[in-house]
Amino acid sequence: MARLEIGQIIAVIKEKLPEAVVEEILDGVDPFVVVKAEQWGETAQLCRDDSRLGFDLLSCISGVDYPEREEGPEIEVIYHLDSTVNHHGITIKVKLPRSDPRVASVEEIWRTADWHERETYDLVGVIFEGHHNLVRILCAEDWVGHPLRKDYEPPDSFHGIKNVIY
Amino acid sequence: MNEIENRNPDPLTKNVIFMSAIDDVINATRANSVWPLTFGLACCAIEMMATGAAKYDLDRFGSGPFRGTPRQSDLMIVAGTVTHKMAPRVKRLYDQMPEPKYVIAMGGCVIRGGPYVKHGYHVVKGVDLLIPVDVYIPGCPPRPEALLEGLFKVQKLMKREKILDRTRRTTKPEVYQPV
Repeated sequence: MARLEIGQIIAVIKEKLPEAVVEEILDGVDPFVVVKAEQWGETAQLCRDDSRLGFDLLSCISGVDYPEREEGPEIEVIYHLDSTVNHHGITIKVKLPRSDPRVASVEEIWRTADWHERETYDLVGVIFEGHHNLVRILCAEDWVGHPLRKDYEPPDSFHGIKNVIY
Repeated sequence: MNEIENRNPDPLTKNVIFMSAIDDVINATRANSVWPLTFGLACCAIEMMATGAAKYDLDRFGSGPFRGTPRQSDLMIVAGTVTHKMAPRVKRLYDQMPEPKYVIAMGGCVIRGGPYVKHGYHVVKGVDLLIPVDVYIPGCPPRPEALLEGLFKVQKLMKREKILDRTRRTTKPEVYQPV
């Protein structure tokens, strides 16, 4: 297959899943589309399996906390997909309510997602539904809270070790 | 003339008896065969490896065989950021080392948290909150020469050791109990 421009990639997604794409921001350095959270699982499957898209590589999963959005407090999960066959890529964002951030796990689709989703869960607190082992990966097993949330307050001590010097 | 003297053919040393304080002998052997624990936590460990490698050559100073187990080591070079997740492991390694044991805190992170001192929620603000430290080496990371200087300081400490004095280790209370 051939390399597709960002507009063509979106067209392929819309052809199969007309409801999935809710927003397109294509003028930035890193153009992205926003996908409806409920349809992210199907979209991911489509992105990998459709031969025109051929996204066989999940480069990165990130989570960002936006507590003061106009639409209400949100957490964004950002997926960077690349195709080693077609030599194109896309950035997909999924917006989740901050009070209960849940999204489908894509661990079964790309094995890379296993640890990336655990990291996003550990630091931002997104629940990836369907993940086989969603436990903390970086912080200690019994750590409390998700450190990269904007309102996170570090503990004064952890297991008796003082954490505040000044 | 006893049997031992008969075996020594050198006329100059034939009847000489060498006397020294047992402390000096033991301390000299100890200070000139320091076995550090193979133990690196972050970027300071790169400098520690450089110190052990050919250019700076730790072996010149009676140290260097980095041991793979705490049971064969008498020096722990804490090289790199100690996180809260790593803290119980560091403490356990220290507890497994035989007495007398010595600790070098290498680099800013190990001394007081370094760049993580204010916002580093995951960093232990100084390894001396976990285990007693003998020598602190500031730097980010310290150069190999600084680590060598720290080793000389440890060797000086070793030469002050008294074989019957077991109190030096217990002057600092254990502040931390791992779960």
